[in-house]
Amino acid sequence: MSANSVIISVSKLFKTYASGFEALKDINLDIRRGEIFALLGPNGAGKTTLISTICGIVNPSEGQITVDGHDIVRDYRAARTVIGLVPQELTTDAFETVWNTVSFSRGLFGKPANPAHIEKTLKDLSLWEKRDSKIIALSGGMKRRLMIAKALSHEPQVLFLDEPTAGVDVTLRRDMWALVRALRATGVTVILTTHYIEEAEEMADRIGVINKGQIILVEDKAELMRKLGKKQMTLQLEQPMQAVPAGFDHYQLSLAQNGNELVYTYDASEKVEIADLLKALNDAGIRFKDLHTTQSSLEDIFVSLVEGKQ
Amino acid sequence: MSSHLNVHAIRAIYRFEMARTWRTLMQSIISPVISTSLYFVVFGGAIGSRIPEIDNISYGAFIVPGLIMLSLLTQSISNASFGIYFPKFTGTIYELLSAPVSYIEIVLSYVGAAATKSIILGLIILATASLFVPLRIAHPLWMVLFLVLTAVTFSLVGFIIGIWADNFEKLQVVPLLIITPLTFLGGSFYSINMLPEFWQKVSLFNPVVYLISGFRWSFYDVSDVSIGISLSVTVLFMSASLAVVAWIFRTGYKLKR
Repeated sequence: MSANSVIISVSKLFKTYASGFEALKDINLDIRRGEIFALLGPNGAGKTTLISTICGIVNPSEGQITVDGHDIVRDYRAARTVIGLVPQELTTDAFETVWNTVSFSRGLFGKPANPAHIEKTLKDLSLWEKRDSKIIALSGGMKRRLMIAKALSHEPQVLFLDEPTAGVDVTLRRDMWALVRALRATGVTVILTTHYIEEAEEMADRIGVINKGQIILVEDKAELMRKLGKKQMTLQLEQPMQAVPAGFDHYQLSLAQNGNELVYTYDASEKVEIADLLKALNDAGIRFKDLHTTQSSLEDIFVSLVEGKQ
Repeated sequence: MSSHLNVHAIRAIYRFEMARTWRTLMQSIISPVISTSLYFVVFGGAIGSRIPEIDNISYGAFIVPGLIMLSLLTQSISNASFGIYFPKFTGTIYELLSAPVSYIEIVLSYVGAAATKSIILGLIILATASLFVPLRIAHPLWMVLFLVLTAVTFSLVGFIIGIWADNFEKLQVVPLLIITPLTFLGGSFYSINMLPEFWQKVSLFNPVVYLISGFRWSFYDVSDVSIGISLSVTVLFMSASLAVVAWIFRTGYKLKR
């Protein structure tokens, strides 16, 4: 990968808190320019600590992080200027107006006032009508969008979304996904943490899994699904069976639904001879009236990965 | 950008803090003015009329610099400590910590805004006092210098308290238990020359004595300690506060995990 195609580089990063708790252990991670990267992990895995360290909120114990080629410690101004952060918690100044708080964020990040950009951002996030409202008067969904507006106020190249859809309804979640895709289309790199597997499955180009402070996997989503995804073919039998018939030991077969279904499990990546299996079943006089296939979800993959490392 | 001040950030924080003052006008400006006016009514009018002149100055006029200092100190600390504590309390501090802002810029903006509010307040109290007692200012430039130095120094102290505090009780404890007693015992309402000799010597360990003495000198040309010493102690106190703030930012004490 060329240096130019990497926008964030994390190298040998460790974080040990004053209590002695090791939150991050030897993290090495490259984020590609323009991608949507989903960081998955159970609660307490180190997702927020990693994001907070990259953004400058948490001091690293060891290691190096560069953002757009700038070291986050030595050249923190340049590094932070390109970052927008949407934290998990809805932390806002309750008595400030929408317009003022977004304008404040832009100034804080060193950009001169640009009412046209603030207006566009508020309109994109359906907050324009609320621009003169105090934040305390906004709904939870609006506050969530406001946090994004603040993070986008200074036109960042990288946007961190820490659990962006935690506790939001389905409609808003889909709006968020659409927004993230629209941002990616403009060249913004998006890094999101989530424990909603469907969110990562729906949006991410690449997925990283973190557990107990260690990155245990980074992979293209499609490749991950292909490598680790299990497929199952379920045959609905005409006659229920008591046991898997003899002579089929080399197929991974099991019975379900009180013997009314015969389930064949196989790896999506390996070459399987489904036709051979169906022919053998037919030759053995086993008739079926319907069949369907399913593929394991990212959630299944995630659970097996995390549990496998425990 | 690394070598230049982030002027936009300083302006943004300063405006934000000043906007809070106007939003909370009653708490920020009007209440201290009312309480100070009450001091004038009680000590300047009711009781003061029965107290003889001090250094040829009527008691009501004598206490004006002390009262302004009392408000300046408490309000500088209160403004600055609340200004930085509240983002910690609400969690909005994340934005400040992740922004391309240097520690100097953070201090300039927060302390600058807190000091501005206190100075405005001090000037309002001065104007209010002039309605109650005849005032003269012998050294106006020195008066402004002491006003600004004191406001900045105690805003720095307030900033330190705001970072140190992790609950509202701690936010109040230093002003209540340390600053207010030091101010009352620092000659706000009397000249330390009126104390027994032993307590005069004890009072010299109180830094507020030097602030009030210097400030009062700028009004009436009379002081408990020489103006040079007053100024030196004030600058020394400000330098010590700056050193503590520098240490806080260098280590991330109570700010970064």
